[in-house]
Amino acid sequence: MIAFLVRRTLLAGLTTFVISIVAFLAIQLPPGDYATTYVENLLGGSFFNTASALGDQATEDQIRRDLGLDRPVFIQYSKWAWRVVHLDFGISIEHGRKITEIVGQRLVNTVLLALGTILFTWVLAVPIGIYSAVKHNTAGDYAVTFLGFLGLAVPDFLLALGLMWIGFAYFDLSVGGLYSPEYLDAAWSFGRAVDLLKHLWIPAIVLGTAGTAGLIRILRNNLLDELAKPYVVAARARGLPEWKLVLKYPVRMALNPFISTIGYLLPFLLSGSVIVSVVLSLPTLGPVLLRSLTNQDLFLAAAIVLMLGVLTVIGTLISDILLVIFDPRIRLD
Amino acid sequence: MTETESSSVLSVRDLMVHYPTDEGVVKALDGVSLDIQPGQTLGVVGESGCGKSTIGRAILRILDKPGQIVGGEILWNDPEKGSGSRPVDLTAQEPNGPEMRAIRGGDIALVFQEPMTSFSPIHTIGNQMSEAITLHQDKTAAEAKEWSMELMNMVGIPNPPQRFDEYSYQLSGGLRQRAMIAMAISCGPKLLIADEPTTALDVTTQAQILDLLRGLQEKNNMAIMLITHNLGVIAEMADEVVVMYLGRAVESGPVDDIFHQAKHPYSRGLLESIPSVLASGRERLPSIAGSIPHPFNRPSGCTFRPRCPSFIPGTCDVNVPQYLALGGGQQKVSCFLHHSPSGVEEVSSHD
Amino acid sequence: MIDSIPAMDGTILEVRNLTKHFPIKRGLLKRTVGAVKAVDDVSFNLKQGETLGLVGESGCGKTTTSRCILRAVDPTSGEIMFRTADGHEVNVATLPNREMRPLRREMQMIFQDPFSSLNSRMSLLDIVGEPLLVHGMTNRDERQERVAELLRLVGLRPEYMQRYPHAFSGGERQRIGIARALALHPRLVVADEPVSALDVSVQAQVINLLMDLQEEFELTYLFVAHDLSVVKQISDRVAVMYVGKIVELADTAELFTKPRHPYSEALLAAVPVADPRLHRKDRKLLEGEVANPANPPSGCYFHPRCPYAQDVCRTETPVLSEVSPGHFASCHRVQDLELTGIVQVDGEST
Ligand SMILES: Nc1ncnc2c1ncn2[C@@H]1O[C@H](COP(=O)(O)OP(=O)(O)OP(=O)(O)O)[C@@H](O)[C@H]1O
Ligand SMILES: Nc1ncnc2c1ncn2[C@@H]1O[C@H](COP(=O)(O)OP(=O)(O)OP(=O)(O)O)[C@@H](O)[C@H]1O
Ligand code: SF4
Ligand SMILES: [Mg+2]
Ligand SMILES: [Mg+2]
Repeated sequence: MIAFLVRRTLLAGLTTFVISIVAFLAIQLPPGDYATTYVENLLGGSFFNTASALGDQATEDQIRRDLGLDRPVFIQYSKWAWRVVHLDFGISIEHGRKITEIVGQRLVNTVLLALGTILFTWVLAVPIGIYSAVKHNTAGDYAVTFLGFLGLAVPDFLLALGLMWIGFAYFDLSVGGLYSPEYLDAAWSFGRAVDLLKHLWIPAIVLGTAGTAGLIRILRNNLLDELAKPYVVAARARGLPEWKLVLKYPVRMALNPFISTIGYLLPFLLSGSVIVSVVLSLPTLGPVLLRSLTNQDLFLAAAIVLMLGVLTVIGTLISDILLVIFDPRIRLD
Repeated sequence: MTETESSSVLSVRDLMVHYPTDEGVVKALDGVSLDIQPGQTLGVVGESGCGKSTIGRAILRILDKPGQIVGGEILWNDPEKGSGSRPVDLTAQEPNGPEMRAIRGGDIALVFQEPMTSFSPIHTIGNQMSEAITLHQDKTAAEAKEWSMELMNMVGIPNPPQRFDEYSYQLSGGLRQRAMIAMAISCGPKLLIADEPTTALDVTTQAQILDLLRGLQEKNNMAIMLITHNLGVIAEMADEVVVMYLGRAVESGPVDDIFHQAKHPYSRGLLESIPSVLASGRERLPSIAGSIPHPFNRPSGCTFRPRCPSFIPGTCDVNVPQYLALGGGQQKVSCFLHHSPSGVEEVSSHD
Repeated sequence: MIDSIPAMDGTILEVRNLTKHFPIKRGLLKRTVGAVKAVDDVSFNLKQGETLGLVGESGCGKTTTSRCILRAVDPTSGEIMFRTADGHEVNVATLPNREMRPLRREMQMIFQDPFSSLNSRMSLLDIVGEPLLVHGMTNRDERQERVAELLRLVGLRPEYMQRYPHAFSGGERQRIGIARALALHPRLVVADEPVSALDVSVQAQVINLLMDLQEEFELTYLFVAHDLSVVKQISDRVAVMYVGKIVELADTAELFTKPRHPYSEALLAAVPVADPRLHRKDRKLLEGEVANPANPPSGCYFHPRCPYAQDVCRTETPVLSEVSPGHFASCHRVQDLELTGIVQVDGEST
């Protein structure tokens, strides 16, 4: 088991390294370098004003030297990586602010939203999936299956608009965003947390619905497979009450595949949440990433991709560790 | 109530089990009857799909979905309750009710074929054994553990303290089956249903397991219902035998009668077609023609008719033979060679 | 590696010192820390037209041996000399894959599981016709005709050609597998537990079919099984394997009545016999479990379970030697032991 964990951790390190190289190369990709881009930006991006461009050649060289851009690539990479490790991602070209400043709060929001969504998905999907499998081919199962298909079929943004309208019209809630205006820039407090929860449910439902429906299906099918296995029959033949039997044996087995997907939830939610975030005006990373890509603000984009990559790697590592705890077959390998 | 019925631990009467599926109804059991005497072994033989496992599961009321008991009785006669008590009809019980659950694993235990998969792979052997014990007996966890290890010793599992905390895949097939048996006998069942207990094992391990079952039977005076398609195993283990074909018993009787004076053409065909280590070798085996009909496609009259070498046109395809005792003896057979369609015994010249 | 030798004694296959080790990988870097000795120095030969039965407990290396012969796995060492139809002798163990190709027509395999060994998305015509196509019979009509002929041969109706495997019972599927194996007129057929998954009545039909086909086409069978009664029914000679080694090899009748290796004796004692009058209940039973092929015992691999073991058995490895003409056994005590087989006394036995 130790060997397994060590191997996985090393692998995680390696993956992080590869992701960082990809992010670094993304920055290097466009013609010219940071200095050119920076100067161009200072000049309002005018490519035709050759005179001023030439005139600023000196500035450009100066910046290049300051930033060490005249050194070999691997040295540049190590310097960049060193800064990244110290959470210095540089400055966003578009916003002219430090990237950590732009991204920081949004990253926290994104992670909170992801956690909220996962919680919503699991709390709903696990009992329903179990019910659906144990009562399979009954009216209840069919109803759940139908609702599941509905959940998969309705586009997120539609659901978002619908829920916003319901929340606004019937419950008089301030919908949209993650915080009420008075808490927007406040420090963390009990009140702010409650406020967050008040806002979180709509995006969590919107983002979680499709996932919940999918999860119910997977859990139902996994569980149906497990329920037919001899060890379940054996446990039943021992005289175990049915609900105890289902929870102790097949459900635990059927959950294994879920644990292994935890790591992938984050990037999945992020890419899926862009439209929803726009509709609900959520201060998450999605919209920023989208805009940075359309505006070719590659420093920002690379930073976000890098952070997400690292979070995914961490998520995968966590799910590996959980699997080892849950499944002795891996533990004793 | 006949004499055999009153003395048996278990009497199955005209049991019918159907599996309604999308394509049609599988009549897995179509009126099967059998009796099991206390302390004795009843061998149930028959080819794949004839309903052997279905009987075992129907008795325990753990039929797979969508199986349903649609007729007949399963009379459980607890030998400890004395002869005066009335037998309990298990078909009338709630499958998951407390009475049925007390019988299941307590009075009647099950051992089945797949020793590989009949333990949960993520729980220890000990966990699952203790579970069976604490469920039916008034024992603390520590006592259950102690009793588990004693049982492991009894069934010949070396080093019980270590095995108690191991997982099933860490054990060999033979040890797993021993653990399964230990678990089955943990609550002193009066009837053990063993569904193909050795089919997945090597001959040497099979011999060990059969030996173990025989020893446990003697010691605990428990009845065994041994389900198998291996006639050699039946010959070595059974006191009485029931031969099944397509969801019905076609012949039954004491083991010696079945092996030496089988009456039903199917039983005879089955016995002749098995390769034997006693045979002189390199010779053609007599075989039963054709194959088992599709479950949705049951022949009319005697279900064995299309494959039967002694088929009587006009009789076997029109009438359903009754399952009747021969000459007042213990052997029963369902075949027109031995009974007229009205149920009168024929003076048999087909012996 | 082709050198022609005269086909005098009718030997079609000669296996010499065949060994197959599967590496065991462990630890952080998945280093090889040992090997499962699945097949360990196995030698035997097969004569044209005979059936050699290969028996032994699960995991003793029967499947691995047969897969090596067909080069479905590469042997670790040893020679597998096969005499081709045109009289050449080739070493299958070292032949490059390209040169294996024409040989595959002559050596075919029948598998145990009639359910998973047939592709459920292919019709019978495609399944049975595939080897024909692969080996150059591109004309569809010609292929169809040959498939019809093959299906008739194994007792299936040619009209079923367009159906898919799921429409057939286990016995019928096994017949399909046999038809497919026979498509290219093989000379050597390796059958790995071909009847183990079948019902008794169907088992008899398939055994009969295999024997009829053998007679008709002078086929040579390597028949792998764990059921001794089935092996007795079909084999001319029988080899008994234990933990990767052949421990005894003899004519069928002789092996069953006068075994010379304690393991064969134990196997025979364990076979259940379908006669309740035999009262074999007090026979000796083998204790313990099969040795681990990754870590076999010292000396004779069987010594921990052998009722006759002596000191020499614990230290020295016995060799397979000819104890009487055509009868090989590898046991230190082969000369001084009187072992019992299946004895028939007036239709009864012990
Ligand atoms: N869950 C199920 N749904 C539908 N049909 C079923 C189900 N279980 C069993 N059957 C059918 O019931 C019949 C009897 O099955 P059963 O398993 O009792 O046979 P068996 O005699 O135990 O066979 P085997 O020797 O293969 O174990 C078969 O035709 C089988 O296909
Ligand atoms: N691909 C493989 N990798 C590692 N070990 C293997 C592999 N194939 C087989 N083995 C091991 O080699 C040994 C012999 O296996 P083999 O399948 O040849 O046995 P067998 O006699 O055919 O058994 P069975 O009767 O169960 O089919 C076993 O211990 C098995 O675990
Ligand atoms: S060599 Fe010794 S241990 Fe091996 S089989 Fe012979 S007597 Fe038994
Ligand atoms: Mg069964
Ligand atoms: Mg094998």
